[in-house]
Amino acid sequence: MLERLGLMPPQASTVAGQVDLLYAFLIVVSAFFSLLIAGAVIGLSIKYRRRPGEFVRTPHIHGSTALEIAWSIIPFGITMIMFFWGAHLFVTLKRPPDNALQVNVVGRQWMWKVQHLEGRREINELHVPLGRPVKVTLTSEDVIHSFYVPAFRIKQDAVPGRYTTTWFEATKIGSYHLFCAEYCGTVHSGMIGQVVVMDPADYQAWLAGESRSGATAGAGGAASAGASGAMSVTATGEGLFGQLGCATCHRNEGGALGPSLAGLVGKSVALEGGTTVTADDDYLRESILTPQAKVVAGYKPVMPTFKGQVSEEQILALISYIKSLGALPAPAGAGQAGTIGSDAGERKTDL
Amino acid sequence: MTSTTNYLNADYGIWSWLLTKDHKRIAILYLVSITFMFVLGGLFALMLRLELLTPAGDLLAADTYNKFFTMHGIIMVFFFLVPSIPAVLGNFLIPMMIGARDLAFPRLNLASWYIYIFGAAFTLYAVFTGGVDTGWTFYTPYSTAVANTKVIPAALGIFISGFSSILTGLNFIVTIHRMRAPGLTWFRLPLFIWAHYATSIIFILGTPVIAITVLLLAVERSFHFGIFDPALGGDPILFQHLFWFYSHPAVYIMILPSMGIISELVTCFSRKVIFGYGFIAISSLAIAVLSFLVWGHHLFLSGQSVYASLIFSVLSFLVAIPSAVKVFNWTATLYKGSVEFAAPMIYALGFIGLFTIGGLTGLFLATLGFDVHVHDTYFVVAHFHYIMVGGALMGYLGGIHFWWPKISGRMYPEWPARIGATIIFLGFNLTFFPQFIAGYLGMPRRYHMYPPEFQVLNVMSTAGATILGVGYLLPLTYLLWSLRYGKIAPANPWGATGLEWQTPSPPPTENFAVTPIVTEEAYAYSTMREPEYV
Repeated sequence: MLERLGLMPPQASTVAGQVDLLYAFLIVVSAFFSLLIAGAVIGLSIKYRRRPGEFVRTPHIHGSTALEIAWSIIPFGITMIMFFWGAHLFVTLKRPPDNALQVNVVGRQWMWKVQHLEGRREINELHVPLGRPVKVTLTSEDVIHSFYVPAFRIKQDAVPGRYTTTWFEATKIGSYHLFCAEYCGTVHSGMIGQVVVMDPADYQAWLAGESRSGATAGAGGAASAGASGAMSVTATGEGLFGQLGCATCHRNEGGALGPSLAGLVGKSVALEGGTTVTADDDYLRESILTPQAKVVAGYKPVMPTFKGQVSEEQILALISYIKSLGALPAPAGAGQAGTIGSDAGERKTDL
Repeated sequence: MTSTTNYLNADYGIWSWLLTKDHKRIAILYLVSITFMFVLGGLFALMLRLELLTPAGDLLAADTYNKFFTMHGIIMVFFFLVPSIPAVLGNFLIPMMIGARDLAFPRLNLASWYIYIFGAAFTLYAVFTGGVDTGWTFYTPYSTAVANTKVIPAALGIFISGFSSILTGLNFIVTIHRMRAPGLTWFRLPLFIWAHYATSIIFILGTPVIAITVLLLAVERSFHFGIFDPALGGDPILFQHLFWFYSHPAVYIMILPSMGIISELVTCFSRKVIFGYGFIAISSLAIAVLSFLVWGHHLFLSGQSVYASLIFSVLSFLVAIPSAVKVFNWTATLYKGSVEFAAPMIYALGFIGLFTIGGLTGLFLATLGFDVHVHDTYFVVAHFHYIMVGGALMGYLGGIHFWWPKISGRMYPEWPARIGATIIFLGFNLTFFPQFIAGYLGMPRRYHMYPPEFQVLNVMSTAGATILGVGYLLPLTYLLWSLRYGKIAPANPWGATGLEWQTPSPPPTENFAVTPIVTEEAYAYSTMREPEYV
C-alpha cells in the first residue's frame, strides 16, 4: 500500500523487505522520541507560560543525576539495537552467496558498461534472471561512480583502480531504475539505466542473443552489443592472454620467466621481501598494470606494464580467464595464441 | 541616539572600523561579511530549487546546475556556517560574558577577519570567473584529474580561510582560560562559553587537516603528483578519509555554538536555572572529542573494509548520546518555568524540534544496513539541512535577535520577528521534510534531472524554499529598519542573567567601567529580582 501511495520504492529483491523492516523500526523509534520531545516542549511551555504582567519566582531545580543516567542509558541501549540490526544486515549485503551469477560492471562518464560472463555486453541496461543471486563486480574507468538500484535497496561505489562488489537476488519481474549515486560530472543525472529482471528461461534465451518481446523493452535495447555476444568473457580473456603475450612468460613449466598462474586465485603468494599477499582480483589487476608493485619471490621484476594497453573490461576478462585456470595446467593452446599476439598492432583492438 | 559614548559612536570613519582592535567592532565586520555570503549562497539555492521544480533540466544547463550546488555548498559551509556564530556572536560575547575588556589577542582577532576576507576573495574569484563544479566535497579523482573548472582558487580560498578559524579558536581558548572575571569559575561559566570552548578545540585540531587536504589536492591537480588519482598511483579513498576527518567535526563546529545559544535562550525565556548544567557542559566536550572518531560513516560504500565500517557505525551512535542529553535537559528546564514566547524563544523551541529530527535521522544513516539504501540520496540532504539549517541557522538567528539590543542598542520589532521565526520554521519543514521521502524512494542527490515520479515531492520542496526565502528576508529587513527606528534598548531588556547584560546597550569600548566580580552560578533566575520591564 505504501508503494502505491508513492511513499516506498518497489520491493524487488530478497533484502528489500529486510531493509524496509529495519526502516520501520527506525521510524517507530524516531516517531516515539520526536512526539515525546515535541509533546514535552509544547506541553510544558504552554502549561508554564507567562501571563502578561505576571512575575513568577521559578523553583531552583539543578537537575537530577538519576534522570541524566536514565536518559543516557536508555538511548544508548536503543542505539545499540539499531547498530546490531544494521550491522547484521550490512554483513548480509556484503556477502554474496557462493552460487551467485557473476556480472562485471564498469562505470565511466556517463554510462554503465555491463559484461555478462557468457559474453553478452550491454550499456545502461542490466538483464538478470529472477530468483538467482547476482554478484556485481564494479570498477570505473575514470572517476568514482556509484551503482544504485533503489528497488533492490543496494548501492556500491565504483572506484577507479580497484574492485568493489555488491549482490542482489531479484524477486519480481520488471524494469527498475539503475542510478549513479556518486556525483561524477556534467551528465551525472543522465547516468541512469535500468535493471531488467527476467524469467530464467527468457534470460537464457536473451543471453544466447535472442531478443524476446518485452524482454529488452526500453530505449537501451539497441545498446546491447551483439557482435561479440558469442564469445564468453573467459574466452575473451584467453584470447587476450595470448594476444598480449602473457603466455610467453607465464608458462606452467620450470625456468619460465613468470610464475605459473594455474590455481593461483585465492592462494597466498610469497613476495620478494618476505611478505605475502592473497591473490584476489585487486592483486591480479595491480600485477597487470603495475607489475613492479609486488614481485613474486624467486622471480625478477621484468614484466612490463600493460597500463594503457588494456581497458578495464579487458582486465576483467583476463582475470576471469586466470580464475578459470583453476588447478589445471596451462592450456596447450596458450603458447600458440602467444605467437598470434606478437603483432603489436593487434593489442589495442577494441573488443 | 544616546549621549554616552559606546563602541559604535566612539570613533567614526572607515579606518576606525577596518583597523579596529575592538572585538565588538570585529564582530560587526564579520556580521556584514557573512550576511553577504549567506545571501549569495541563498541565491544559488534558490536557483537550484527552481530548476528542480520540473523533472527535465530546463532552466539551467547541467554544468551550471553542478556549479550552483557546488558553490552553494562551499559558500554556506566554509564562509557562512563555520564562522557564523563563533566569529559574530562568539567574538562579540565571549569577552563580555566573562567580564573581560577584549579577547586575549585583539590584533590577531583583526588578522583573523582579514584572513577570512582574503580567503573569501579567492573563492569569490572562482565563483565569478566561471565557477567550480566538484561539489563542496571535492572528491578525487574528479576534482584533480577531470574537472576543468576553477578548482584551485576555490580550494585555496578554503585553505586560507581555515587559518582564520584556527586563530579564532586559539584566541577563544586563551581568552577563556586567562581572562575570566574574579569569581567566574569554570562551572559558573555560561554554557555559551563551554560550547565555544569545545568548538575552538575542533577549530584548532580539525582545520589543519582540511588545509593539508586541499593543499594536496591543489598539488596533484597542478603538478600531477600521484596522491589521490589512481591513474598516477594515488588512492582516491585517502582523499575521502582526510576530507571527512575535518568535515565531519565541522558539522559540530556549526551545531555546538548553536547549542550554546539555545542554553542561554531557554533559561532566559523560561526564567529558570538550566537543568543539568554539568551534563550539558561536559556533553559539549564529549561531542567535540567523539566528532573526530566518526568520519568513516561517510565511507560506508566506498569500499572501506567491513570491520572499519562496523567501528565507525558504533562510534557514530555514541555521538548521539551527548546530543540527546542536551535536548532532554533543555526540555526539562521548561518544567515549572515561566515561559515567554518571545521571538528568540520561538527560534530556540524550533531548534529543539528540528535538531531532534536531524539527530534522529542521523541514527538512520549510522545504521549500516539502512545507510546502504539512502547513502548519497536526498535523505542525506534532508538530514544535514535539518542539522545545519534547522539547527545551526535557527540558533544563529535566535541569538542575533536575543543580543540585537546589546549589539545595536535598539530593540527589534517583536511581532514581525515572531511571525518571521514561525514562517522560517514552517517553510523549513516544507522544504526539507519531503526530501526524506524522496531519498527513501531513491532520488540521488546532485541530480540536475530526475525521473518524473519524484516531481510532487520536489514541487513541495521548492514551494517550501520560497516560503523560507521570504522568512529570511523578514529579519534582514526589520533588523536594518530597527537600526534607525527601533526602540532604544535598555541595558538588560530581557531581565537576563549574564555579565553582558550588566553593561549599557550598546556597551562602551572597554565593555565594563569596573571589572565585575562574580559571586553566583550561571542562570540564577530564581534569585533574581523582578525585571524592570514587567
